[in-house]
Amino acid sequence: MTAKHDLAPPGAAPGPTAGRPPRRSSRRSRALGTAGARLAFLGPGLGYLFVLLLVPLALVLSYTVFRRGRFGGVVYEATSENFTRLFDPLYFHIVLGSIKIAALTTLVALLLGYPTAYAIARLPRKWKTIALVAVVLPFWTNFLIRVYAWVIMLSGPGLVNEALTGIGIIDKPLELLYNQGTIVTGLLYSYLPLMILPLYAAIERLDPQLGEASANLGARPARTFLSVTLPLTMPGILTGCVFVFVPSLGNFVIPEILGGGRSIMVGNLIRDQFLKARDYPFGSALALAVIAVLIVLLFLQAWASRVYGGTEGRRG
Amino acid sequence: MSAVPEAPAVPRTLVGIEGVSRRFGDVVALDEVSLDIRQGEFFALLGPSGCGKTTLLRILAGFEAPDSGAVTLDGADLLARPAHRRPVNLMFQSYALFPHMSVAKNVAYGLEREGLPRGEVSSRVAEVLATVGLTEQAGRRPHQLSGGQRQRVALARAIVKRPRLLLLDEPLSALDKKVRAEMQLELKRLQHEVGITFVVVTHDQEEAMSLADRIAVLQAGRVEQVDAPVRLYERPGTPFVAGFIGANNLFEGTAVGEGLSAPGLGTLPAQGGLAAGTPALLGVRPESIRLGAGGVLSGVVADVSFYGGVSHIAVRVPGHERPVLVATQGPTRVTAGAEVGLGWSASDAVLIAR
Repeated sequence: MTAKHDLAPPGAAPGPTAGRPPRRSSRRSRALGTAGARLAFLGPGLGYLFVLLLVPLALVLSYTVFRRGRFGGVVYEATSENFTRLFDPLYFHIVLGSIKIAALTTLVALLLGYPTAYAIARLPRKWKTIALVAVVLPFWTNFLIRVYAWVIMLSGPGLVNEALTGIGIIDKPLELLYNQGTIVTGLLYSYLPLMILPLYAAIERLDPQLGEASANLGARPARTFLSVTLPLTMPGILTGCVFVFVPSLGNFVIPEILGGGRSIMVGNLIRDQFLKARDYPFGSALALAVIAVLIVLLFLQAWASRVYGGTEGRRG
Repeated sequence: MSAVPEAPAVPRTLVGIEGVSRRFGDVVALDEVSLDIRQGEFFALLGPSGCGKTTLLRILAGFEAPDSGAVTLDGADLLARPAHRRPVNLMFQSYALFPHMSVAKNVAYGLEREGLPRGEVSSRVAEVLATVGLTEQAGRRPHQLSGGQRQRVALARAIVKRPRLLLLDEPLSALDKKVRAEMQLELKRLQHEVGITFVVVTHDQEEAMSLADRIAVLQAGRVEQVDAPVRLYERPGTPFVAGFIGANNLFEGTAVGEGLSAPGLGTLPAQGGLAAGTPALLGVRPESIRLGAGGVLSGVVADVSFYGGVSHIAVRVPGHERPVLVATQGPTRVTAGAEVGLGWSASDAVLIAR
């Protein structure tokens, strides 16, 4: 113990770190040595984010406390009315409804994505690659075209109705378009890959021997899933949920095309404030509200990841 | 045992393995393997990597099914039961501890699956953690433990369920030398205490020899020999076992009345048992060979290595391809280049049919 004490730098706190000071300090000095290189690598990316994300965001934030000009634009006169308007039932409902639609999309994506990701992760190597390419394949086609394709399929004289009337299940075309279900379908279709990929990564990293150990200790497959597989893939689940929920909540293209153009999601509402009503301050306040919801969500995710953390025991 | 007169002279068979075969594509992992594992014994499956021992272990645990053959436990068909309903626990080579659970939770997991009351679960967990000396680490996560401690958690988790059969997959391979020796003793002590039948799979013959009551040597999916460690060492039954277990000097030739007739070397003494004229291999251990004038063979010392307790002397014998290895107690006065005679008594050499 005395020898170790001599090695410790002056003023180093004794106690828990005393057992392994050499390893810790060497790691830290190496980190400092590469700080310059690190900046060179991070610089361009951070600069890009600063100019194109933080500056516009600051602008939006500052708009929220000002008044709208009579003919659009911003009058620099402090007010809180943009925020009180958020709680106007008319708008508040849209915000809540958007959260509900995004949450429903996320839930269905998780329920569909988990078995898919699990199956892919357990495929032989060659088929794994093919399956993963198939998952991302839709991204190779333009997003708008893919969403319009759903209009063609679901419209009154569309493919689905034609087929259903053709085989005599229904007499007259169903109203498949322009409701919340259509929006969820569209969002789900667009963002399901973003759920599958992080889930796949998490399940792939899971040591299959843990499942065997669980069975060996007397757990039925369902119990193994709940007690071992699910908690250990929780980081992937949370990432996938965030990846789907975030773009779903702010989306305005899909509600516009598949939802019939009414302002039923907060994305449309924000766009309308900026482009139609020319009310930049209120549009900014709505945008801020969405950002706030997402920040809360990210904190929840970070917290849950820590609870379910413990990367040891996973393969790789 | 004398208090129980009706106890059979031969110990009861716990696990019966009969004609078990398993192939993966073109690779035959197990080829008509038959073994009896007795109640309460410490049994080892020993063989080089790829010999099929791990496949056999996985079949016993229920993670693999054989293509053909039968496995019984206490006379009842074991293969019909899914893995989670077998009274068989496995200590994984990688330990496979649940990283998101504390040590106590890991150990309790199997008991909770039996639906035991909470009180009993916690008292049995505490008891087994005390047995393996991890009471103070009960609240830690696996990644906060040393390799030896993790290994003991894995062991505790496997024995806490009091299985009929405990399987250990290369139990000591991940430990450093000093911890290995400790764990080796601990495993034996534990096996004695809990009275569970242990089957250990290993490629390390020292591990098998020091731990097991009986060893099955596997090679290319077949059982070469099943015997007690000393018998296996002194009386290897096949050329593979003779070469695989311990250091051995092997001579090729044909059996004759008083030993082996080796071309170019003359007649080497060995205990009989083989019909004269049978192609055979003579095996004699380095420590059974005496150095001195007037032996059976003579040669020139090529190399002397001193290991402290023993010295190894390699002797080149004209007409024999590989140097003959001789082991002596303590240091030796022989030096490289010296001409020496080699001799052994017939009872120390074994003849094996080729």
